[in-house]
Formats: sequence, structure tokens, C-alpha cells
Amino acid sequence: MNDAVATWLYAVAPTAGTSVPAGLKGVAGEPVRVVEGAGLSAVVGSVPLSDFGEEELRAHLEDLPWLEAAVRAHHWVIDNAARSGCVVPLRFATMYRDDARIRSLLDERRADFDSVLDLLAGRTEWGVKAYVDPQAFVPDSPGDRTGGHSSPGTAYLLRRKEQQRGRETAHVRATECAEAIHAALAELAVRTAEHPPQDARLAEYEGWMVLNNSYLVPDPRVEEFAAAVASLEQRFPEIRLELSGPWPAYSFTAISDSGQDSGQEGESRAQ
Amino acid sequence: MSQGPDWAGPSRGGTSPARRPSHSEPANLADILERVLDKGIVIAGDIRINLLDIELLTIKIRLIIASVDRAREMGIDWWEHDPTLSVGERDVVEENERLRRRIGELEAGRRSTADAGLGRAEPRQEEGEEREEQEAEPRRRPPGRRSGGDRGSRP
Repeated sequence: MNDAVATWLYAVAPTAGTSVPAGLKGVAGEPVRVVEGAGLSAVVGSVPLSDFGEEELRAHLEDLPWLEAAVRAHHWVIDNAARSGCVVPLRFATMYRDDARIRSLLDERRADFDSVLDLLAGRTEWGVKAYVDPQAFVPDSPGDRTGGHSSPGTAYLLRRKEQQRGRETAHVRATECAEAIHAALAELAVRTAEHPPQDARLAEYEGWMVLNNSYLVPDPRVEEFAAAVASLEQRFPEIRLELSGPWPAYSFTAISDSGQDSGQEGESRAQ
Repeated sequence: MSQGPDWAGPSRGGTSPARRPSHSEPANLADILERVLDKGIVIAGDIRINLLDIELLTIKIRLIIASVDRAREMGIDWWEHDPTLSVGERDVVEENERLRRRIGELEAGRRSTADAGLGRAEPRQEEGEEREEQEAEPRRRPPGRRSGGDRGSRP
């Protein structure tokens, strides 16, 4: 029982041109390999159930250094597979009993994979984050205009209220800039997806993250997209923009409800 | 404004965007987590792992304290400032304030019933103000969306 393994699925790619770099290792340190079926390729690895069984995995997921290593490994494999062409990245911890099950999955879901692959072909995901220092957006302090006639308590309350209002104004202004930035970038993208702002400590930033979006950009427009980020940064000097990518298209893998337009892609995941 | 040591300046991303990632600089863990755990195509495997089972808050806390250095940089009171982590404590503080105010009101009332409760309006106002301030935590707001709307209780 302890020798039992499951097949961990990293990504699905069109058969043509799919290969993984020799020596590529997966989440269990196992060699990564390709299983073919239905004209598609599955990038997989065999992982021991002693670590990746349901119970065992759940326990590991609570172990943060373990989780960090595993998600990085999962990403590493997908990122490498994506080097040789477009792939559909699988959610972390998608496992099957054996390779035969992978083949039947490719068979059964061929149409779904094809439609996602069609969307992703020739396009890559880019991340753009916008950071602001709230102080840069707070309206000029009105000074102590609470008037001499009010009691200290009232003056205190008014001052608090003023501060709060300033903070809200700052956030509204910063959000408006973020919306303008998003609108400009969305014009160059086929799809967009919003992520929530990241935890400030985990991502190690200060101030507010007012934009954390992904853009699916056609490869020929990538230079243009990067240039747009740079010029938006000049247009909004008080906002710091950060471009990341190219990413495997994690954020654009919702199995399509073809009526979908751009935006909210991430919200409408397939179950 | 000083950024954290690993904060990537905006210029970095723009250097050579057309290339595949160089892999010399590992991607930001937060970026990877939000994509690998939250995105990616979802297909039911044979082994059912519900990632929602992972207590995300627990993950956050442990991720943060997993790095001793990082924890030290932050100081031991880092969690006090995170509204998602200190909800329980915030409630206690709020409750405390409310009780104090109530005591103040009662004492004021006893001292001068003759003043006909003139002082009542203001403490009430303060209570509303206080709570509003605690709820308005703009950093947690999703990006690219207009604020307002859910803050509708403003007078």
C-alpha cells in the first residue's frame, strides 16, 4: 500500500510539439512525463499516496513550508511545459488513480480542453498590479478649522471625521486611477481577470494594492502592452505599476460558456 | 515611502517582457498561490481534495510566521493591524467602547436628570462614527472596482 502511486496532472497541451525538459521534477520530486490520448498530451507525474493520499495531503497542506515547496513545484512544471507552447494549467492537486484514467479524462473532456486551448493559443497571461501610497491621494489637510466654539470632544470627533473622509476620498481617487489604468490595458487584451488585493505582508508591500489583474494578451501585442504599462506609469506618477509574466494562463481556464465577454473570467470557474 | 526589501519596483517587469520567464528570479509566492490554488482548470480527480478545506486564514498566518526573519521585521504586533486576522479582538474593542459610552451616558443621566438628556445625541453619533471607521478598510477592497455602494450607511 505504501508503494501505491497516483497520477498527478499538471497541464494539458496539444499533442503536437509537446515535450517537457529532460530532468524536470514534480511536486514529489518525481520525474515529469507525458501521457497522450485523444490527440492531447497530459503532463503528469507519479506521486506516492503515502504523501499525496487524501488524508496525507490534507495534513501536508497545513504545513506551510511543504505547501510552498509543492505549489512552487507545480508552477515550475507548468511553466516549463508552457515554454514549448500553449498549455492548459490544472488546479493544484488534481490526481487520478493511474495513467489509464488520465487517458479517459482526455477522451471525455477533449472538447473542453480544445476550447480552452483555442482561447489560449498565441496568447499569454500577464499580471499587472498597482500600488499607491495613500498619502499621495489624501486631500490637503484643511487644518484646524473645527472652530473655536466647539467643545474638545466635538472638535475631536470632527477631526476624526475629517481624517476618515480624507481616507475615503483618497481611496476613491486611487480607485478611479486604477480603473482608468485597467480600461487602457483591457483594450490590448482578449480577456481580463481580477484578483483580490494580496496580503500586504505575504506580498511584502506597503500602502494599498488598488489593482491586481491578469490580462490575456495576444503575443504580437506584448510589446505594445508593456509599453502601455510604462506610459500609464508616466500618466499616473503617483501610482506604481508592476508587470509580471508571462504566466501560464492560469486565470483564463474557465471552461467556456461561450457567451462570456471579457472580465470576471476568474469568477466563473467551472466546477 | 519605503517598500519591503523584496518589493519589486515597477521598472523590473518592463525590462524584457517578450521573453519567457528567466527563472533566475523565482516568482512572487503570493502571485503563485493565487494562481495555483485559486485558478487553473478545475476537474474532479479520483482523489478528492477540496482546497477550500484549507483554512485560508490559517495558511496566511502560518505563511507569515513561517519566516522568522519576516516576522521579526514586522514586529510581534503585526496581526493587530490586519482586519482579517483581528476580527475577534476588534469586536472586543468595539464592545468595550460601547460599554464605556453606555456607562458615561448612565452616569451623566444620574448626575443631571434635570438636564433632560441633552448629552445623548453626541455619544450616539460617536458610536456610529466609530463603527463606520472600523468597517471602512479600503485596502481589502477588490481592485478595479468603484468604492462606495457598500458603504451606504454614510449620513
